[in-house]
Amino acid sequence: MAERTVEMASKHGLHARPATIFTQTVAKSGLPVQISKAGGKAVNAASILGVISLGIEQGDTLTLVSEGDSADAVLDELVTLLSTDLDAD
Amino acid sequence: MTDVTSRRLQGTGIGRGIAVGQVLRMPDPLPEPDDTPSALTPDAEKERARASLAATAAIIRHRGERAGGSAKDVLEAQAFMAEDPTLIDDVGERLDSGKTAERAVFEAFAAFRDLLVSMGGYMGERATDLDDVSQRVVAHLRGVAAPGVPDPDFAFVLVARDLAPADTALLDLEKVLALVTSDGGPTSHTAILAREKSIVAVVGVADALDLADGTEVIVDASTGTVTVSPTDDERAQALERAEELRSARSADTGPGRLADGTEVPLLANLGSADGAEDALAKGAEGVGLFRTEFLFLDSTSAPTVDEQKAQYVRLLQAFAGKKVVVRALDAGADKPLSFLNDAPEENPALGLRGLRALRANEPILRDQLRALAAADAETDADVWVMAPMVSTVEETRYFTALARECGLKTAGVMVEVPSSALLADRILADADFASIGTNDLTQYTLAADRLLGSVASFQDPWHPAVLKLVGEVGKAGQQLGKPVGICGEAAADPLLAVVLVGLGATTLSMSPAALADVRAELARFTLDDARRFADLALSANSAIEARAAVTAASIS
Repeated sequence: MAERTVEMASKHGLHARPATIFTQTVAKSGLPVQISKAGGKAVNAASILGVISLGIEQGDTLTLVSEGDSADAVLDELVTLLSTDLDAD
Repeated sequence: MTDVTSRRLQGTGIGRGIAVGQVLRMPDPLPEPDDTPSALTPDAEKERARASLAATAAIIRHRGERAGGSAKDVLEAQAFMAEDPTLIDDVGERLDSGKTAERAVFEAFAAFRDLLVSMGGYMGERATDLDDVSQRVVAHLRGVAAPGVPDPDFAFVLVARDLAPADTALLDLEKVLALVTSDGGPTSHTAILAREKSIVAVVGVADALDLADGTEVIVDASTGTVTVSPTDDERAQALERAEELRSARSADTGPGRLADGTEVPLLANLGSADGAEDALAKGAEGVGLFRTEFLFLDSTSAPTVDEQKAQYVRLLQAFAGKKVVVRALDAGADKPLSFLNDAPEENPALGLRGLRALRANEPILRDQLRALAAADAETDADVWVMAPMVSTVEETRYFTALARECGLKTAGVMVEVPSSALLADRILADADFASIGTNDLTQYTLAADRLLGSVASFQDPWHPAVLKLVGEVGKAGQQLGKPVGICGEAAADPLLAVVLVGLGATTLSMSPAALADVRAELARFTLDDARRFADLALSANSAIEARAAVTAASIS
């Protein structure tokens, strides 16, 4: 099992647009990935509604968990996404 | 559906266009599915739900691919919602408790919708998308037409009760020959869209919803009529008129003038420098309203002088040698900016907005004026600057003095509040020009919130009280030799534009798509005609009477 902790970078948190980019990346990987906010419940990271419902804001600490052969590589990619300001462009 | 027996239906035309085509009705929203226990097993209902969710996602994705552009992103996100694993799990749990697939889908989407709405802001914006997807899935389960804008492979006349912004965002305008609505007046969203995009439209047609899909109609905005099942002669005549209008539009992009040669410069309303090329191609003689909110809306802090200057230079270069009227940042009721004013207000339209908000944050106003003056110095356009929502003589003096101090030559005010119109002679003694914002002027004159549907019928710039105030400003402008422009929705209504000129307006500014129709209408009448129409409108008792009286006089 692979696990990563990351701080949310985007100014407006994980709202619709960054959430779409994030969940699509998870869906494309084909791996089961769970995401949770510190102390909160874990949701399916490929679910845009699940991710939006966490109400993630800038500065929140997030935990990603996955299993599988390429789990480390996929989680590294997701960590890069979350630590980039996706609203910047 | 009952047959329409009278062959001619009457409503209010928007613009002067004419179109012939077959009717497609906008499907009515689906009723909420009943919460009665399913007669099928949960597994059978799950299979139905799974199939309809997948099919809906595929249909939405297909539409997105055809639409392209920003609509594609919106539709792609909607497709993901229909395929969302969390949602599908939620539907499954509801089906296990014995609900029908229709009800479970409806409830699951509604629960997420409520969650997003409660989160507000960016999340809240996705709520209407969820409603739309939910309706589509339920329609698919029931085997009925999906609600929402029809999307056939041929051009059609769209008939609807009224159109909401959410409907028109996805409307493929290339295929819409004309719009006919049963509800809605000349300032409804449908009418505004029709003017902006130059689509033939007749609104407020009482029997419109009795028109059956596939019926051929002629939609004539100049007379406000819808002719049902026209004869061959009628069809041929209409098509000929449509062709004449089309060629007149593309041929004539000269300066705006009345039949007697009186010049009425036609200017464009722009919200960013991007629209400049299109405005010039449609014959704009300058910019009558350059909105600067786009520079600020996405920011949590104001942009720097250099950042602003670069945008102004881009615009001014496109209009070298022409007049460009720039409005200072207009934050307020409908477009709040947190760094200007984040105090909650009971009544934001009457609150700290427009120039009031700028004055409370003078460094932001100074930066904007300095950036504009610097851009002016580098380019050859004739730059005018004006303050939004000025309500007193004292505010006028404050703004014009500050603008001149910052290096701008021509400083004026927007007249949107009745107090400014009533004291226009004193305001124009100091301001170099006035520009009338008819949307806000109507809202404040009739005390009707322009964003509130329940009082939309009051929001009609043809109202004699509004026109009387416009006339006050026009009179003051003539006496003092100061220009008076119009930059609200009213200037884009061709016949009302003539009335406004009769009331003393010297320039008209509008969305570029409206220029051709207004140009053509002005050319039909002399200044004497315009003044006669203005008198007729002023002596009416209501907006409806004013419009009817001037329409009758313009035909005879």
